[in-house]
Amino acid sequence: MSLEDVFRTCAEQRRAALIGYLPAGFPTMPESVELLEAMVRGDGATPGCDIVEVGLPYSDPVMDGPTIQAASGQALRNGFRVRRLFDAVSAVAAAGAAPVVMSYWNPIHRYGPDAFAEDLRAAGGFGLITPDLIPEEAGEWSAASNRHGLDRIFLVAPSSSERRLALTAEAGSGFLYAASVMGVTGARDSVSGSARELVRRTREHTSLPIGVGLGVRNAEHAAEVGEFADGVIVGSAFITRAEREGATGVGAFAGELARGLRAEPASTVDR
Amino acid sequence: MTARDPDEVNGVSGAHATSGGHDPDEGGHFGPYGGRFMPEALISAQDELAEEYDKARNDPEFVAELDRLLRDYAGRPSPLTEAERFGAHAGGARVLLKREDLNHTGSHKINNVLGQALLVKRMGKRRVIAETGAGQHGVATATACALLDLDCVVYMGATDTERQALNVARMRLLGAEVRPVNTGSATLKDAINEALRDWVTNVADTHYLLGTAAGSHPFPLMVRNLHKVIGQEAREQVLRSTGELPDAVLACVGGGSNAIGVFHGFVDDPGVRLIGMEAGGHGLESGEHGAALTSGTPGTLHGARSYLLQDEDGQIAEAYSISAGLDYPGVGPEHAWLADSGRAEYRAVTDEEAMEAFKLLSRTEGIIPAIESAHALAGALRLGRELGPEAVLLVNLSGRGDKDMDTAAHYFGLVPEAGITGEDQQ
Repeated sequence: MSLEDVFRTCAEQRRAALIGYLPAGFPTMPESVELLEAMVRGDGATPGCDIVEVGLPYSDPVMDGPTIQAASGQALRNGFRVRRLFDAVSAVAAAGAAPVVMSYWNPIHRYGPDAFAEDLRAAGGFGLITPDLIPEEAGEWSAASNRHGLDRIFLVAPSSSERRLALTAEAGSGFLYAASVMGVTGARDSVSGSARELVRRTREHTSLPIGVGLGVRNAEHAAEVGEFADGVIVGSAFITRAEREGATGVGAFAGELARGLRAEPASTVDR
Repeated sequence: MTARDPDEVNGVSGAHATSGGHDPDEGGHFGPYGGRFMPEALISAQDELAEEYDKARNDPEFVAELDRLLRDYAGRPSPLTEAERFGAHAGGARVLLKREDLNHTGSHKINNVLGQALLVKRMGKRRVIAETGAGQHGVATATACALLDLDCVVYMGATDTERQALNVARMRLLGAEVRPVNTGSATLKDAINEALRDWVTNVADTHYLLGTAAGSHPFPLMVRNLHKVIGQEAREQVLRSTGELPDAVLACVGGGSNAIGVFHGFVDDPGVRLIGMEAGGHGLESGEHGAALTSGTPGTLHGARSYLLQDEDGQIAEAYSISAGLDYPGVGPEHAWLADSGRAEYRAVTDEEAMEAFKLLSRTEGIIPAIESAHALAGALRLGRELGPEAVLLVNLSGRGDKDMDTAAHYFGLVPEAGITGEDQQ
C-alpha cells in the first residue's frame, strides 16, 4: 500500500481522505498510542482516519498555534524522545491507517536523515511532512527518502507564486499539503475562501492529491473542504477533543468527521 | 577554537563558497550554513525582500538617504577612544574602543533599523514587527518607526520584560506596542518564534525587522551589510591613530550583528585576528551559557543552518547569560562559516569575567559599557595579557550600560534592594 493507493481508494468511494494529526507522546507515550488508535478506529459506526500524521514534538514549533504547541510541550515535559516516535508510527500502521510523520527539520537533521528514513520505513511509515523544509533545502531528505521509498510531502500556501507551486509540486510526492490560510495551525470558525482558490491554482501544476489543512474544526468544515480537496487535515481540533474526552472522544470525533466526508456533497464539484 | 569535524556538517556542500564581496550564494548559503529553513508561506515575502534590498543597495538615492540618517540622526561616525588606563590591565596593550555606545539609542542597533525601516517604506508596507531580548533592538526599532511613521509591534520574552522594564517603558513612550511572550522559556528565542507566527499571519502588510545577523536569507546578508559601516569607520580610524592595522578585533557575539559588522572592515586583512566573545554564563562545563559556536553543534533554528545549543534529539536548549542580549541559543550563519574556515576565532567568557571587565572599564575610563560589550572587553584583557604591550587591540563597544544598571547594582551590591527602581534611574 502507498499514499497513492489510499487516495485512489477514497476517490473510488467519491470522498476525500480524512487525515488526522496528533503529536506522539501527548499527553504521555502510552496515552498517545491509544489516542492514535482511536483516531483510526473511529466511533464503531464509521471508521476514522485514512491517514494519520504523527507529530514529532519540538521545542520551537514556529508553524504551530497555541493548541499544538502546548500539546507538544506537554509531551516533551513527560519525557518524549525521538526514538519513541517510531512506536507511535507502528501503532498507527497496525491499526490499519497510513502513517506519515510531521516534523520540523532540526530533529531529523540531528537524528541523521538517512537513519530517520530507515527507521520510519521500518516502523511502517509512508512519508514525512516538513513545515519548515522547502524543496530548495531538501537535498539530503530527497536522497534519504528515495533510498528508503518514502514520500516527501511539502507545503504550498496562498502566498506561493505560480513558479513556487510548480517547483513544489515537482519536488513532492504522496500528496501536497495546502496550508489553507496565511497563519499558524489552529481551529477556526470558518473555512477560508483562500483554500479553494489555492487548491484550484495548485491543480494546474500537478496531478498529485492535495490535502487541505489549517483551521478545519468540525464535520461541517470537513465536508465543505472535502468538496474541493482530496484530503482534509484536522489537527488542533483532535487535540481539544483528546484533552476533554480522551480516546473515546477522539474516536467519536474521527467518526463524525468521516461521516461528514461520506455524505453526498451539497454541490457537485469535479475532482 | 574547537576543531571542527567536517562530517558533522551534514549535507550542503562547501561549493556555495562566498564569492566576491563575501556575499552568500543566491539561496543565502555561507558555505554549508544559512539558507532558508522557513515555512513556505513566508518564502515569497523573503524573495520580495531579497529583491527589494538588492535594488535598494544599488540605488544611489537610497544609499544617500541612509547615509544622511546615519550622520544627522544616529550620530555617525562614532568616535574611536583609546583606553589607556584600561589597557594597563590588559598586559599594557593599546586598547582602542569603537564607540557604538554613543550612537542614538545607545548601541549599534540603530544602523540596522534605519536601513530596514527605509526599506519598509520603499516596499510600501506600513506595519513593522520585531523581537528583542535586552530591549536595545526593540528601542531602536520603535525609534526608527516613530521617525518614519510606521506601526510597530515588539515581541519580548516575559522574563526579559521584567529584567528590562525601563526599555519596555521606552518602547511604549516611542509609540510601539510591546507584547510579552509567555511561551517556552519566555526569552529571546521565544520572542522570535512569536514574531515569526505574526509574520506568517500578516506578511502581506508587515515587515519583520530582524535584529541580528541570523535568520533566513536575506537577513544575515542585509543585517551584516547595514552594520559594515562600523568596521569601515574603525579601520580608517585605527590607521589614522596608530599608523597600522590592529593585531586583533574583538566583539561580543550573541546572534552576532555587531561582531559581523566590525569584522567586515578587516576580513580581507589576513594579519588581523577576528575574535568573537560568546557568553560563557556560569561556565561551559555548567551547561548554563549562550556559547553556540564554542560549545554547540550544527542545526537549523529560526530559518537558517548554523551552530546552536541543542540536545541529542535536536530539541533547542535554553541559553543562559547574565546579559539578556547574549541569551540566545543560536548564532548568525556567517559566523559559523568564519569559525569553520578559521578566519575568525570564538571564545567564551563567564558572567564573572564579563562583570569584572564591566567594572574595570567604568573605573578606569569613566565608560559604563553594556554587559554584552563587557564580554568583548574581558576578551581583550585576556588577549592583551597573552600578547603583551606591543599589541594593538580594537574592541567594539557595541552599547552602553544604562539599561544594565539594575543588573549591575544587584551584582555588585551597590545599593539597597529597595533603592533600585526604574524611576530612580531616570
